[in-house]
Amino acid sequence: MSVYGLTYKGIDQVKGPLVIMRGVPGAAYEEVVRIYSEDGREWFGQVLEAGRDKVVIQVLGDTEGLDSNAMVKFTGSTLKIPVSDEMLGRVFNGAGEPIDGGPKIRADDFRDINGAPINPAKRDYPDEFIETGISAIDGMLSLIRGQKLPIFSESGLPHNEVAAQVARQAVVPGKAERFSIVFAAVGLKYDDVLFFRRQFEEFGALSRSVLFLNLANDPVIERITTPRVALTAAEYLAFDLGMDVLVIITDMTNYCEALRELSSAREEVPSRKGYPGYMYSDLASIYERAGRIIGRPGSITFMPILTMPGGDLTHPIPDLTGYITEGQIFLDLDLHNRGIYPPINVLPSLSRLMKDGIGPGKTREDHKEVSDQLYAAYSQGTKARELVQIVGEAGLSPREKLYLEFARRFEREFVAQGFRERRSIEETLDIAWDILSILPEAELTRISEKTLNKFHPKRRVAAKAEGE
Amino acid sequence: MSELVYKGKGVIVHIKGPVVEAEGMRGAKIREVVYVGEERLIGEIVRIEGDKAVIQVYEPTGGVKAGEPVERTGEPLSAELGPGLLGQVLDGLGRPLEIIAEKAGGPFITRGIKAPTLPRDRKWQWTPEVKPGDDVIAGDVLGTVPEGSIVHKVMLPPTVEKARVVEVLPEGDYTIEDPVVVVEHIGGKEEIKMYHKWPVRTPRPFREKLAPVELLVTGQRVIDTFFPIVKGGTSAVPGGFGTGKTVTLHQISKWADADVVVYVGCGERGNEMTDLLHTFPKLVDPKSGRPLLERSVLIANTSNMPVPAREASIFMGITYAEYYRDMGLHVVLTADSTSRWAEALRELSSRLEEIPSERGYPAYLPDYIASFYERAGRIKVQGRREELGSVAVIGAVSPSGGDLNEPVTQHTMRFVGAFWALDKDLAFKRHFPSINWLRSFSKYVGGLRDWWIDNTGHDMMAYRDKAMALLQRASSLEEVARVVGEAALSDENRLVLLSAELIKEGFLVQNAFHEVDTYCSPKKQALLLKTLLEFYDRARPMIDAGVPISRIAEMKSLGLLRRLKFVPEEEFENAVREAVSQLEAEISSLLAEVR
Ligand SMILES: Nc1ncnc2c1ncn2[C@@H]1O[C@H](COP(=O)(O)OP(=O)(O)O)[C@@H](O)[C@H]1O
Ligand SMILES: [Mg+2]
Repeated sequence: MSVYGLTYKGIDQVKGPLVIMRGVPGAAYEEVVRIYSEDGREWFGQVLEAGRDKVVIQVLGDTEGLDSNAMVKFTGSTLKIPVSDEMLGRVFNGAGEPIDGGPKIRADDFRDINGAPINPAKRDYPDEFIETGISAIDGMLSLIRGQKLPIFSESGLPHNEVAAQVARQAVVPGKAERFSIVFAAVGLKYDDVLFFRRQFEEFGALSRSVLFLNLANDPVIERITTPRVALTAAEYLAFDLGMDVLVIITDMTNYCEALRELSSAREEVPSRKGYPGYMYSDLASIYERAGRIIGRPGSITFMPILTMPGGDLTHPIPDLTGYITEGQIFLDLDLHNRGIYPPINVLPSLSRLMKDGIGPGKTREDHKEVSDQLYAAYSQGTKARELVQIVGEAGLSPREKLYLEFARRFEREFVAQGFRERRSIEETLDIAWDILSILPEAELTRISEKTLNKFHPKRRVAAKAEGE
Repeated sequence: MSELVYKGKGVIVHIKGPVVEAEGMRGAKIREVVYVGEERLIGEIVRIEGDKAVIQVYEPTGGVKAGEPVERTGEPLSAELGPGLLGQVLDGLGRPLEIIAEKAGGPFITRGIKAPTLPRDRKWQWTPEVKPGDDVIAGDVLGTVPEGSIVHKVMLPPTVEKARVVEVLPEGDYTIEDPVVVVEHIGGKEEIKMYHKWPVRTPRPFREKLAPVELLVTGQRVIDTFFPIVKGGTSAVPGGFGTGKTVTLHQISKWADADVVVYVGCGERGNEMTDLLHTFPKLVDPKSGRPLLERSVLIANTSNMPVPAREASIFMGITYAEYYRDMGLHVVLTADSTSRWAEALRELSSRLEEIPSERGYPAYLPDYIASFYERAGRIKVQGRREELGSVAVIGAVSPSGGDLNEPVTQHTMRFVGAFWALDKDLAFKRHFPSINWLRSFSKYVGGLRDWWIDNTGHDMMAYRDKAMALLQRASSLEEVARVVGEAALSDENRLVLLSAELIKEGFLVQNAFHEVDTYCSPKKQALLLKTLLEFYDRARPMIDAGVPISRIAEMKSLGLLRRLKFVPEEEFENAVREAVSQLEAEISSLLAEVR
């Protein structure tokens, strides 16, 4: 027996966001319910435990004012949102309802906000380079169409600027069409939302954007649905309508905090730092929705932003994220304090999909080797810099001094660039060669003889001289 | 195994995530597979209390209601074993992902899909090896069929102890459902097909376990030379995210000199499975000359697929591995990641409200980990053949926060023969594989000296000791240099650092994505390490003669030595000779200069 469409009166107990009822044997697990109080207020909830004897409902929103006289209506369906191309250019709340004063969406379809896992055998392997115009990203952490690549940041760092710059500049070389943008704010301050909105407006992307906003003062529990609703919209745009979608969700830390709060209300056994043991799988059910699918033209490229509590990379939020996403872009407080924008520290950063998206025919044949060499050399340079703190610059060997200089120029010339500056991948790689050429050739062990001959500035000069 | 059909049905009384309680289940067995709800979702009984059963459901339970039926099957969770496994991509329950996609009618996985592992309509070319009247025992070969890159032996299943052959189908093409042999035993007549089912949580029997002695060549220098694994051995790869666990496992499943590879993607990324699916059909197995996919079974239960199936996927995989082992083959199973598997166990345990032990894991975690690694080994197969088979198990471990002091890493460490500790600092500077040479171990080193001498003509384990000593010395010098600066060290000590650096760059660092470097044969490994080690001995007299270290470090031939690893096998010996003679020339001119 189903209780679909039936309305019950008789809440047994309200415990934080949880409502417990008895004698509703036909409630379905994860079914959506609507709750109405006598004074006409309405809540939205979902069945968390469906039992013959006991039903537990998780309520979205503040449960204050809920009492045993409320009416509970079972809808017979899981949480779904309407989707259609009319979403473009519109603004919604974290439950997928329009909040821009415009009309309701005429639905092409209703989609479960949890989506369904993409069959791994039906994924298409992402291997197309996206040029973001940012050297540190393009050169050493290449973003690939269909990749999930988060920004690991700290409060006070310009992660919004970096994400906005990517959104403004990203193109797949050779493809005319620009990315559509699905933007979701999770527990964000209005200022931050305004920043993104102005940016999208400024570069003319509003009409190809969909915004989902859960602000700092909006219900905490809706932070759980916001990313899912946004990705449901993105999936429709990408895999039904064939668009290339860039999804930006910020701040995933607020999402995780909401998840922790919910878990503790459910009295679950916590794992590390109070976060639930299933947070890995929960986050995976969000992040894994990025990608490409065989036989479908569109894609979801996903750039979530999270702020690392205390700047700690081993904190469960960045840790579990890094275990799921295809790399990370790490923003560094120290670089920021030294006035470097974008303050990307490439060493703890990574793009796992870079290997198949760059090289001859895609970017340039020297790309991979140059990138490897930059990593190796910059890490030597930072080591030398640490040493300076201890023994002073005079205590360095000539080789260490060279690497120190390399690191300085790398940060100032390669990493640093303007918020509005767009560098082509050729420009990026040429800057890299320029800096690498201060090192003796014997140090360039990650670069083959062939590539040195063709691209090393000194050899190019020599070859030219010979030719003349 | 007989097909039991249970008419009795239970009724769901409670649903909480993947854990469902049902009544009317009297007589059900623990670990019995059941179909849950109207959509017949696959589940397994994990606890029985009188009439009530607690069921772990392997598919999402959204929409399921109390009052819906639970059907019993009478069978434990089993793997289908027979020809047709190789080349397959399966989910954690052994369902082919292609068939799931077909039945789901799209790229997203839907619920309640039933799909047998082995194709029923495909025909196999059967050659009998027995005739009516023959007496056979469990494990005896009844016939063979070619499958992918191997000869698949159809054996008398372990469940039939001994029997007499009464009928045999003649050579020809048959499906796995055709009874190729009929035997007679105490229980009566039994049709034997090319496949049978085996409960995944029960290790398959063998005659005897033997000590593993033969190197499992992976072509990865730091592994084969420094922390080797053997055929039938075990190894764990712990490391934080981005340290190279997956690439290591991918490399091993590509290059290991095994007959069959089972790759279990357990709770990890979808695109990593796609990566394998894209590369395996293109890569050629050097042993058979056929596409790598034909020697592989891939299991993909990615992080966004149902958590309970992660738990099943590892057992499914090891059962496939044992089955091919029983044919007298060398099998490698790689599991990425065993931590996700342990976490699935933790989640179930917490939902069952068991008392948690360390970090929320149940107290039986160590037994559980052991029950997996203990299924590795080199064995004498069942039946009346003198054949050996092996299963090597290599598991990635994903410690939270990269901290190796967590329960899964710690318990795993106790059960494995080799331990490749990945190092974040090495990974940050793109020193890959980031296997830390001071924190890793292999218990197999001692037994492999002869193998290296027999197979390469080099006493590689002696080179290894020498290289280790050099690396260790360098590591303590680096400690000092970190305080006083490298410039303050004596030239002699700085030569040690330079020579160690050469071993690191020229030998330990190996680029998985470099055409040549991705695989290095044992012969090349031996000659390369020997050559690089000799640098120190050759350069030493220069220090005594007063050549400044900065001049030594600038030698062009050093660059040649560092890049020797990129030289293809065919040209390698020549390249070594050339590099060494150039080195000698440079050394004599430097010596001449100071004189
Ligand atoms: N042997 C290797 N050669 C080259 N690059 C490697 C190697 N091992 C790891 N990497 C690099 O490190 C990245 C992360 O490796 P991966 O195996 O995915 O890490 P983990 O599984 O530990 O998170 C890869 O995407 C690749 O760029
Ligand atoms: Mg991995």
